[in-house]
Amino acid sequence: MEHSVHIDLARCRGCTTCIKNCPTEAIRVRDGQAAILADRCIDCGSCIRVCPHRAIHPAVEPLKGMERFACRVAVPDPALYGQFGQMADIGQILAGIKQLGFQYIFESARSAELLARHARGKCEGPLPRISSSCPAVLRLIRLRFPHLIDHVEPVMLPMEFAAIQARRAVAEETGLAPEEIGVFAIVPCAAKVTAVRRPEGLAQPVLDGAFSIQELCLELVRTMAQDQGEHLDTAAGSSGIFTAFAGGESALRGERASLAVDGIRNVIEMLEEIEDGRQSGVEFLELWACTQGCVGGCLNVENPYVARLHLSALAAALPGEGGGSMGADQEWDDVTFTRTLQYSPAFRLDEDRAAAMEKYRRIDVLAEQLPGLHCGACGAPNCRAFAEDVVQGRASEGDCIFFQQEENQPAGLPPSFLRREDQ
Amino acid sequence: METIKLRYPVEGGDFIGAGEASSQMKMTLKKLGLPSDVVRRAAICMYEGEINMVIHADGGSAEVEVDLDQITLRMIDHGPGIPNLGKAMEEGFSTAGPEVRSLGFGAGMGLPNMKRYSDAMEIDTQVGRGTTVTMRIRIG
Repeated sequence: MEHSVHIDLARCRGCTTCIKNCPTEAIRVRDGQAAILADRCIDCGSCIRVCPHRAIHPAVEPLKGMERFACRVAVPDPALYGQFGQMADIGQILAGIKQLGFQYIFESARSAELLARHARGKCEGPLPRISSSCPAVLRLIRLRFPHLIDHVEPVMLPMEFAAIQARRAVAEETGLAPEEIGVFAIVPCAAKVTAVRRPEGLAQPVLDGAFSIQELCLELVRTMAQDQGEHLDTAAGSSGIFTAFAGGESALRGERASLAVDGIRNVIEMLEEIEDGRQSGVEFLELWACTQGCVGGCLNVENPYVARLHLSALAAALPGEGGGSMGADQEWDDVTFTRTLQYSPAFRLDEDRAAAMEKYRRIDVLAEQLPGLHCGACGAPNCRAFAEDVVQGRASEGDCIFFQQEENQPAGLPPSFLRREDQ
Repeated sequence: METIKLRYPVEGGDFIGAGEASSQMKMTLKKLGLPSDVVRRAAICMYEGEINMVIHADGGSAEVEVDLDQITLRMIDHGPGIPNLGKAMEEGFSTAGPEVRSLGFGAGMGLPNMKRYSDAMEIDTQVGRGTTVTMRIRIG
C-alpha cells in the first residue's frame, strides 16, 4: 500500500505528538523517529496537522510534474475556490489555472452534480447509506468497520468521474491517444493524494497525478496578479460548489433524513453507533475526515470556516445546478465502483483465531504489569498498544522505562510521575 | 483453550457513556478476528443490554466470555427485576418513563432485539433483587 503521508526524518525529533493523535494508532516512535505502520494508516492527515516540527507531509508532486505531458487537464476540487477571499472569483481562478499551463479544466464540482443525479436509485444497500466521497473514511471502514462496507454507496469520487470524462472528451477533440493526456487533480488533502495513486473503488487509477491546493494557491496568486483579462465561467452551480463542505452533498442529493459528520473522531463515533444498531432514522450519511469537510483538508491555505463563507459568497450568483460546458455532460454508462471494498483486517492479532486468542491473553497479562500512564516514552500511543507491540514482536519489554530499571519487574515510578501522597 | 473474559461496569443514568462497553468489546472481538456479522450481533446485544441497565436498573455490569466457538454476554444488575417477563418481551412494550422516552430511548425494542440478534437468551430475574440476562452467539 502506497501512502501519501511521509515523515521527514531530518525534521522529526521523535516526540510523541503524532502517535497520540493518530485515530488508528498507526504511528510509533522507533530509534528516536516516527514511523508509520502502513497497514493501519488511512491518510487522514491528523498527524500532519499536529506535528510541532512540521516533519510530516503528504508526498505531493511539484507543479512542474505536469510537464511530462504536452496536453494537460486540471481537475480542481471545489475547496480551491474558497481560498482567495475577495481577491478572485471562480472565473478568475479558472483562468489562472489555465495560465499555469493547463489547456483544459474539468471541475470536480460539476461532476459532483452529475454524479448526484445518476447515483440516485443506484444504491440499494442497507440504511443508512454512507457517502463514498471521503477516501480516508472509506479506508477507515475497510480497516475497522467491515460490517458497514455494504452501507457505502458504490459511487466513484467526483474527481475520478471528472478525469474519466476529461480523458474521453479531450482525446476526441485533439485526436491524441488517451495516455498522451495528463489529467491532474488539485486536491485539498492527503487522502485524495493517495486516492489518485490508488483509488478505493476503482480497479485502475484514472488520474495521472495530484497537486496540492496549497502549492497551486501560491502560484495562482502570482498569476492572477498579472491579470490577462481572461475570464472563464464555471461549469458548476452552487450545489456542486457546496460539496466542498459538510452537508453540501446531502443538499445536492435532496436527501431528507441525512446527517453530515465531520472530523475523524466524530466519524469513528458515528460508525460505532451505526454498528450498534443506533441512529435507525438516518437514511444518508456524509462522513468527512476533516473538520467542515474538504475545506478542512490539510492541504488548504484558508481556515475551513472562512473558506466556507467565501464559497457561499461566490456561489450566491450561480444557479443551483451548472451547465454542461467543457464536455462534462456527454453520455456515460457507469459511475459505480469497478472494484468492491475489501475488509483489510489491520487490527487482527492473528489469522488463526486460537492464536489470536492466545496473543490477546498475553497482551492482557503484560498490560496489567504496565503503569497505565500512557506516557508514550516507549514509542507506542498507550500502554495497551505497547503490550500488543511486544506480543507482536514490534517492540521489546525493555522499551518501557518502567521495565528498564529492574529486569521484568515493573519498577517504581520516576519522581515526576509520583503523586504527593505516594512520596 | 482458555476463555477470554472481559468485564465492563455500566453506570445508571449515564446515557452518554452507554455504548462505551460495546465499543471496547467490538475492538477486542475485531482483534481476535471474529467474523464481522458475529461482532455486529454481539455489539447490538451489548448496546441494548447496556441501555436497559442504564434506564431500568441504576447500572450493573456487562461480562463477556469469548471461546473458540461462541461468545457469551451476561448483563448483571441489582435493579427492580422484571415483574412480567412475557410482557417485557413484547415489541414496543416499555416501562420507561416519559423523560427517558423524550431522550429517544425506551421504545420497547431492547429485549426483543437482544433475543433476535443472539442465538440463545436466558433471563433470570427476581422482583426486588435484580436481573441477569445471558446471551450466547455462536461463532460460525
